[in-house]
Amino acid sequence: MKRYSVFAIAREALRHHTGWERAWASPLPKKSYDVIVVGAGGHGLATAYYLGKNFGITNVAVIEKGWLGGGNTGRNTTIIRSNYLQDPSAAIYEKARSLYETLSQELNYNVMFSPRGLLMLAQTHHEVRGYLRTVHANTLQGVVTEWIGPEQVKKLVPIINIDGPRYPVLGALYQARGGTARHDAVAWGYARACSEMGMHIIQQCEVKGVTQENGVVTGVETTKGHIGTKKLAIVVAGHSGQVAEMAGFRLPVEAVALQALVSEPIKPCMDVVVMANTVHGYMSQSDKGEMVIGGGTDSFNNYTQRGSFHHIEETLRALIETFPMISRLKMLRQWGGIVDMTGDRSPILSKTPLGNCFINCGWGTGGFKAIPGSGWAMAELVATGQPGPLTAAFGMERFREGRFIDESVAAGVAH
Amino acid sequence: MSARLAKGGRLIDRSKAHRFTFNCKWMRGFEGDTLSAALLANDQMLVGRSFKYHRPRGIVASGPEEPNGLVNLGKGDRLEPNQRTTTTELFDGLTAESQNHWPSLENDIGVVNNYAARFLPAGFYYKTFLQPRAAWKHVFEPIVRHSAGLGKAPKDRDADRYEQAYAFCDVLVIGGGVAGLQAALVAGRSGARVMLLEQTGHWGGRAPVDGVEIDGQPADAWVKTTVQALEAMENVTLRKRCMGAGVYDHGYVLADEKVADHTPGDGRPKHRLWRIRAGRIIAATGAIERPLSFAGNDIPGVMLAAAVRDYVVNFAVSPGDRTVVVTNNDDAYRTAIALHQAGLSVPVILDARLTATGALPEQARKLGIRVETNRAIAMVQGGKRVKRVSICAQAGEGAVLEEIACEAVAMSGGWSPVVHLWSHCGGKLIWDEATACFRPDAARPPLNHDGSAMVIAAGAANGALPAADTLADAHRAGEAASKPAGEAPKATAAEEAPMEAVWLMPQGAPVKLRAKAWLDYQNDVKVSDVQLAAREGYESVEHTKRYTTLGMATDQGKLSNINGLAVLADALNEHIPQVGTTTFRPPYTPVTFGALAGEARGEIFQPLRRTPMHDWHDAHGAYWEPVGLWRRPYCYTQGGESHEKSVHREVLNVRNNVGLLDASTLGKIIVKGPDAGRFLDMLYTGVMSTLPIGKCRYGLMCNENGFLSDDGVVARIDEDTWLCHTTSGGADRIHAHMEDWLQCEWWDWQVWTANVTEQYAQVAVVGPNARKLLEKLGGMDVSKETLPFMQWADGMLGGFRARVYRISFSGELSYEIAIPASEGRAFWEACLAAGAEFGVMPYGTEALHVLRAEKGFIMIGDETDGTVIPQDLGLGWAISKKKADYLGKRGQERSFLADPDRWKLVGLETLDGSVIPDGAIAVAEGKNANGQRNTQGRVTSSYHSPTLGKGIAMGLVLRGPDRMGEVLDFPKIGGGSVKARIVDQVFYDKEGAKQNV
Repeated sequence: MKRYSVFAIAREALRHHTGWERAWASPLPKKSYDVIVVGAGGHGLATAYYLGKNFGITNVAVIEKGWLGGGNTGRNTTIIRSNYLQDPSAAIYEKARSLYETLSQELNYNVMFSPRGLLMLAQTHHEVRGYLRTVHANTLQGVVTEWIGPEQVKKLVPIINIDGPRYPVLGALYQARGGTARHDAVAWGYARACSEMGMHIIQQCEVKGVTQENGVVTGVETTKGHIGTKKLAIVVAGHSGQVAEMAGFRLPVEAVALQALVSEPIKPCMDVVVMANTVHGYMSQSDKGEMVIGGGTDSFNNYTQRGSFHHIEETLRALIETFPMISRLKMLRQWGGIVDMTGDRSPILSKTPLGNCFINCGWGTGGFKAIPGSGWAMAELVATGQPGPLTAAFGMERFREGRFIDESVAAGVAH
Repeated sequence: MSARLAKGGRLIDRSKAHRFTFNCKWMRGFEGDTLSAALLANDQMLVGRSFKYHRPRGIVASGPEEPNGLVNLGKGDRLEPNQRTTTTELFDGLTAESQNHWPSLENDIGVVNNYAARFLPAGFYYKTFLQPRAAWKHVFEPIVRHSAGLGKAPKDRDADRYEQAYAFCDVLVIGGGVAGLQAALVAGRSGARVMLLEQTGHWGGRAPVDGVEIDGQPADAWVKTTVQALEAMENVTLRKRCMGAGVYDHGYVLADEKVADHTPGDGRPKHRLWRIRAGRIIAATGAIERPLSFAGNDIPGVMLAAAVRDYVVNFAVSPGDRTVVVTNNDDAYRTAIALHQAGLSVPVILDARLTATGALPEQARKLGIRVETNRAIAMVQGGKRVKRVSICAQAGEGAVLEEIACEAVAMSGGWSPVVHLWSHCGGKLIWDEATACFRPDAARPPLNHDGSAMVIAAGAANGALPAADTLADAHRAGEAASKPAGEAPKATAAEEAPMEAVWLMPQGAPVKLRAKAWLDYQNDVKVSDVQLAAREGYESVEHTKRYTTLGMATDQGKLSNINGLAVLADALNEHIPQVGTTTFRPPYTPVTFGALAGEARGEIFQPLRRTPMHDWHDAHGAYWEPVGLWRRPYCYTQGGESHEKSVHREVLNVRNNVGLLDASTLGKIIVKGPDAGRFLDMLYTGVMSTLPIGKCRYGLMCNENGFLSDDGVVARIDEDTWLCHTTSGGADRIHAHMEDWLQCEWWDWQVWTANVTEQYAQVAVVGPNARKLLEKLGGMDVSKETLPFMQWADGMLGGFRARVYRISFSGELSYEIAIPASEGRAFWEACLAAGAEFGVMPYGTEALHVLRAEKGFIMIGDETDGTVIPQDLGLGWAISKKKADYLGKRGQERSFLADPDRWKLVGLETLDGSVIPDGAIAVAEGKNANGQRNTQGRVTSSYHSPTLGKGIAMGLVLRGPDRMGEVLDFPKIGGGSVKARIVDQVFYDKEGAKQNV
């Protein structure tokens, strides 16, 4: 495969870009693979990538119901951070964040990781204490965060109103190396690298059933026929419940729509990412200039991926109070993503009751930032068959044992 | 030059001239002009710069689909970026500035991107800026960010206000063209409640411009009489300047009414956001003309044919002396005819079809206009405006046959129904081969709750493009939404011959031409870019969109999408319907954030809850703290003292004299009924059913997982009534929790709940002098004998109807007195007066926290965080061992929660008397498998105790209660650490002597 570089672009420009190759191949499925990953979102593709890179397993198919990267990977608000409170969360999100740092170079695909800095505003005394706790925890976890005062917040975010009449900004939890990345590019970059390793990415191929023998997985029934496999990794986010059912087990997961919207593009006015959990809203400005805004989850279960009005109304009220200058910007587009929520709002990376079948789900509202770490850890789980240090705490059995990893303490609803 | 014609203009009022500025240059227009029309009338062809290459951009369209005419409208606190010139009504004094250029619109440095365009194809940024790593953040990204973006970021708080309104109707008709009017008329006559919305400031849509006749009279006349008929109906509401923005589940529609955009500062709200619940929605949203893809189709002066017609007919604006018309259909001939009738020249009509024999081409020929078939534009030449076009055969590869000088090009690639509102909630589309467009598939509409069609498409929006079909279809839609209504009016217009799909001009255009044939004018996406995306495997229409940014501009692909996916389908060798469309998302056109937020701004952006004593606190130095939607005094400052000093003074005064706390925010929920005792036994970990009348009991509530979620004192009021106190922040949540269980699980239990939090003011009178204060007020016996600890009594206290609870959250002698909310302030002041001689002072929430921490009482939210069970907090005594079940019991029996090796509550005392930092964590030896430092406990509450003169803290520590006396190490942020000894959590009055006096 040709490497991407400024020289390659110059070379291709001379022939009007007619010489570029496909970023990823579009093969027909083989009869069987060593590993099938169901779901070609960021997590599924990253799982495949690290199976190849870290374990040399390349006889892999990633199969996808729709188009790759078309689920939550392509509809989130692109925030990357690892300022989590609980040790297992901090470990996997920091792994992901640190992999993001070099991902563009590693994949030879610019995923535009931009460590522009991320602020989580504290607007009540209770929140101040909560974030101080997080800073203490992060220090011991090796995650670099700090507590900053309102003046420093104002310096980093000149458009913010720190003296709001209802919830003045009392300070913020600041992660200087948190930021954003280009969400589609993460999926595309991984897909290209997987394809380069000889893996098959099979789009428009829906799983209809899981076949097994003596309690061990043997393959999947798909809209493109039966495909055999030695190991199966289910990485399908919002539809995890359905695929798990085909594999014969149930998950403590429910699906709800998470709301997001963007404004029309304007010239740069905010460099950092700001999350305000007391008032429920978060905002960053994309490289295109759009204000990217996330709100809450709908309070009912559904699979529609549609935008609804009630949350964005509250979100915009909160954000206009926080950033009064956005009042005259316009909402260009709103949408919803189906997030898979577990009982403790933390993910599941786990063996399953079906032999050689593994599941990675439950990232809820916080999946994008975890993609490289999730793929790294999942690959280890699939390749070795056993949970490694990153996945140990995230097994399904924790719900039976009551061993929750509850981040809602520190993160509120917005991950 | 584009210019104003001396005569005509059906929408302008020449007697009312308006002056306005564009880039600080004064210009003139008329009442009724859009800003686009006025700019063109002043020969302002160049209005902006494109997003990526900073190419010159002129007005293309005449409606909300406009991708180029975007300006910074207004100034200062009324600056509005990205305002569409085509939908901005001109008013006197309007100021507009063009966007995305430096130093000026005419001379823009950013245009270097245009010269380098060959090196900047779709997605080039994914392939480069890779090395060195730090350069993306520090060099490349800042450059990208500064050259991207469009309008100016406002700096000030918005000067305008916005309001929201609710409406309910049987039939909502969106679109006030002839189709919408007819549908509304039919529905209105049936007696249904009808609401009709039109996004512009006038009724009738395209029909009057296109010379349609309805029932033998000109469309204008028919529109007038129809609007009059609708206005006369009491059951019909008409709203102009009101855009149907989004369709949501169950007939919920958002509409944005531009109330005062054209009269800024007149005191009215700028916008009014309508939230409409409709039985049926008729989408009569018309159709949008498609551009043609030929080289140079983005040069200012190249416009949609219908837009040219609009400017000539509606505003008497000439796009230039000579306009070349290029088309694949008959409709565009109307533009040539309109131009000719206005006295302007049409050098040639280039028709890509092999023949043009319809009525309109014949009429054009009769007028002496040259008509050429199988002809295409090879290239438009010009920079900041059109100079000439070179003509070629459509069937060929672009060999130039002729060059024709002109100032404008009017293009028409056919029409696309506006299917957005149909699609928002799941309506499906079908491909119509004959007109080469997607139109609503009536068999697969968006569904209402009852399975019926929620949206009915009508007229051109339903693919019924010719005027006669439009009216008939709208009539049918009106009937479908209400009831049969007899004959539809007959519209007559010139017959049109079939159009022929043309997705590239000429059909064999080589790459050099394709790289200059624009699909998305704003985002600079060309035919060659879509072909590149397909070549590189970005084959899904969503991939192509995201890779090339096609359709992601502020018009959301209204002009570019269909052309783009036709090119994609061709590149993939597939049919267009197989490729499909991207998802249509609300809003139809962008809606101002301010309108979406409405009037909830500033102080009241969320509801503000005030206790009856709020104003007193405010007048007496309260430093406020938000607690849920309430505000509570954190402390009351006196003189110039710091908040810390205030808190210490308040604590000591409670310990030594008597303090008053406004406890009105405390949640108060009445639980009543024959099964109320049984219900509370399930809700709380302890037993409430056996609580004697007149007594109080402390209770804990857990969620199903066993984690502690709220606590409070429960009082038994009478045989079947209990009053449950909750935390201040928890009242609504706990009330909902109760109702959830009652309605979903125990629906057959006879229990009723009422949240009476705001019905009572509550005052805590706390301290050694508390009894003296109440005795001074007089009226009730509050002695130890009559009202012992954990009992309550009703009575008249100082003339107030009072319920007095003998409970304590501070370890002091303490009474909490509930009085009717309306008497709260008076009672508060009576307490202050009565207590003056005993040293009474109010105290705030922080003193409350310190007092309870000194006494070792837990606080929900501090000692708990959703991961803590009562057993961790030494609260096992509040859990009934006898009960078969309570919420959380099963959860608490799980192995991890039943494990004795859990972090448990203890007191922590620093060795040096300092205060442990909030949130500090006690470290253990070594690191875990992920390289994280091992830990063994954490601080949950940490304060300086003014009573004891040292730092005190509570914390959760691994097997803490078994490790009394051990010293733990708490690292500080930024280095160093604090050492603290594990001690009993009760620092003050361990025996409880003070509260039981």
